[in-house]
Amino acid sequence: MNLFLVNPKSDFTMDNSFRIDQENLQHLFTTLQKRGYETVGPTLADEAIVYDTIASVEDLPVGWTDEVGPGKYRVANGGGLSSFGYTLSPQSWKRFLYPPTRKLFSAKKNGKSFELTQENDGEKKHAFIGVRPCELSAILIQDRVFSSGEYHDDNYLALRRNAFIVAVNCSQAGDNCFCVSMKTGPAAKDGYDIALTEVVDGDNHYYVAASGTEKGREILTEIGAATASGNEIAEAENVVRRTTAEIGKSLDTRGLPKLLAENLEHARWDDVAKRCLTCGNCTMVCPTCFCSTVEDTTDLSGQTAGRSRRWDSCFTMDFAKVSGGNFRTSAKSRYRQWLTHKLSSWVEQFGISGCVGCGRCITWCPVGIDLTAEVKAIRGTKVKQEKGG
Amino acid sequence: MKPHDLSESLLKHPFLSNMNEEFVKTLTSCASNIVFDEGNYLFREGEDAKTFFLLRSGRVALEVGGGERGQIRVQTIGAGEVLGWSWLISPYRWHFDAYALEQVHAFAIDASCLIKKCETDCHFGYEMLRRFSEVLERRLEATRLQLLDVYGSAMGDRGENY
Amino acid sequence: MLETPVLDEIKSPNSMAPLPATIRRIIWETDDTYTLLIDAPRLDGKEFPFRPGQFNMVYAFGIGESAISISSDPSKSNLLAHTIHRVGTVTSALSKLKRGDMIGLRGPFGTAWPIEEAVGKDVCIAAGGIGLAPLRPVIYTLIRRRSEFGRIIILYGARSPLDLLYRVELEQWSKVPNTEVITTVDRGDSSWKGHIGVVTGLFSYVKLDTPSTIAMVCGPEVMMKYTFEELERRGVSQEHIFISMERNMKCGVGLCGHCQFGPKFICKDGPVFRLPQIRHLIEKKEI
Repeated sequence: MNLFLVNPKSDFTMDNSFRIDQENLQHLFTTLQKRGYETVGPTLADEAIVYDTIASVEDLPVGWTDEVGPGKYRVANGGGLSSFGYTLSPQSWKRFLYPPTRKLFSAKKNGKSFELTQENDGEKKHAFIGVRPCELSAILIQDRVFSSGEYHDDNYLALRRNAFIVAVNCSQAGDNCFCVSMKTGPAAKDGYDIALTEVVDGDNHYYVAASGTEKGREILTEIGAATASGNEIAEAENVVRRTTAEIGKSLDTRGLPKLLAENLEHARWDDVAKRCLTCGNCTMVCPTCFCSTVEDTTDLSGQTAGRSRRWDSCFTMDFAKVSGGNFRTSAKSRYRQWLTHKLSSWVEQFGISGCVGCGRCITWCPVGIDLTAEVKAIRGTKVKQEKGG
Repeated sequence: MKPHDLSESLLKHPFLSNMNEEFVKTLTSCASNIVFDEGNYLFREGEDAKTFFLLRSGRVALEVGGGERGQIRVQTIGAGEVLGWSWLISPYRWHFDAYALEQVHAFAIDASCLIKKCETDCHFGYEMLRRFSEVLERRLEATRLQLLDVYGSAMGDRGENY
Repeated sequence: MLETPVLDEIKSPNSMAPLPATIRRIIWETDDTYTLLIDAPRLDGKEFPFRPGQFNMVYAFGIGESAISISSDPSKSNLLAHTIHRVGTVTSALSKLKRGDMIGLRGPFGTAWPIEEAVGKDVCIAAGGIGLAPLRPVIYTLIRRRSEFGRIIILYGARSPLDLLYRVELEQWSKVPNTEVITTVDRGDSSWKGHIGVVTGLFSYVKLDTPSTIAMVCGPEVMMKYTFEELERRGVSQEHIFISMERNMKCGVGLCGHCQFGPKFICKDGPVFRLPQIRHLIEKKEI
């Protein structure tokens, strides 16, 4: 059984496809804003294409693209009309649904007791414009992480419930992308309100749009989307087909959870540990990594206290520390924890892989460690044979 | 006690579990019953090791003269256990004092008698060595665990955030 | 295929806010280990029910939280006990509190010891050091429902005679019918009349009726490893051996990722595990 993400549903059906142009897209911004959404999308800042609050189509990185490799990222202006002609932002949408730091509560002493005020930013309404299919999968994975157990992250779920998602299918493949292996892209299959495919055909620039929810359909109608022609739909399908063909990197996921679980003592872990700086960049840019820690504070009088949560990384030295010692002191054990969690134990925990194939961990690794190469090396000289099937 | 009775009660000792009848008989021929009152020593550090003991009841403390640190009690052993293997290994002298914490009932096995039997019957000798190796291994394992000082903290991390 | 959770239907208990609770008493068990007796807070207006083996996140106001197992009698849910080893800032801050002071509690979290599975069977409890604390609620329960169980065997090891927890109770438990309590210390002196040696050595002095014995083991990981090997050597099946694990915990409810042990979250899949669930991981280094 393949436990990795699969969804065979096809989206481009004639009765669910619209055509919008740049003007309609601007209308989408204003419509969402009018409905109380903070519009978040790609924009050029600090020599990168980042996801931030943007007001209009003017803020989109028109003509800009990105070039990545192991340990490499740069933006370039290739000209042209594309608003979404890049691959990915360094940071994913995670930071909006699961903020890097968040106040959990403040507490005030009241005689000998104390009173607690819980902080909640679940009222915020985000509209994410430009969510890549792999990123959308990452959001669906985090939905599970934060809601599948007995206890949930209520703040995440509140933000998530309020989010409006405009996915944009990929019109170019980055050198670190392997979404095809992970079955997460390059076309969005599920979980969006609206999915767009950007088509640039000479001077003819338009988007083929599909609605994934009732709300999405309603908004598409409101912004004046026209019904897409058969030709336009075919063009959009071509964009996705071209991108699929362009994706050069792959990860063989057959029996992967078992393969890694059975190779915890593989010599490759020592090898990668010699290269890994345990900086934790991979965990910070990963759209599914969810580990966190808390910090308690008080004021000088000791009358008010607070607790905040921040992203943590399994690469930090203190991550597995307890009062009697530390369970993971070696770089080897910490890299292994990260990779086996992502590709193996995650499946047992949440019924799905923790990797969506976005390749950010490869791009942002200062020494260019490529997880697909590490897995390949382990598979090449595995200790135990996996059973067939 | 008659030898017959002795072999019957000896058989109840875990050291002899599943031992064949022939070997039990051989071992019994070197065994005698012995009682130590509380506060007596079964043997003392430095003495020639001419016997070993299969404890039947009561507890024995193994002590080492620790010089300025006084008498250090390193281990206690009790019913069902084997006490002493110095008779087997050169220079055949005890390395500990063995102190009876309570009245101790034991079988004393005469070492020179046993060694003679082992040398004439290699199968019996092998059986004895195999059983003693197990005792040694268990004792070594326990000593390692004791050495690990598992209840202490692995690192002096007072002041950390716990 | 990935099923999207129906986000609108999800509600969970409020797990992140510590409930204020009043300290009734502090008992120093040893030089560096103390028991907090706490008036149990009400949980959503109800009593504070817990099962033996579960833990609370104990909050020292403004300082931080520590995951501490509950060591009191589950039938007395109005009074909670936490036995705490003073090792760092949180546990030191808690140690300085007085009667009437407030702490915060989140919990109870985690899995429990298999009391019901032990009905009709012998129960062998093997504890090392502060590992007796999470087993004390089991002992209270076994004694309260004495007739439902076979023999009770309690084997307990500590570093030295002065490091033994619950010394008065150990004495009382040994007087319960058909109950054996054997203690040992790693380091004794001539004033100590009990056993000297590791806790695994105590198995020489008890004869386990192995097919009908349930073993519950808690202590430092090395001690537990040696103990379950000893139990197996004596014929207790892996399926009947339970151990309680410790890992770093920040949230206590499976969301912060810190306590992962392979695919297991110690906080929600544990801390009590049936040995086969985690044995393959315990034998690997730095999991």
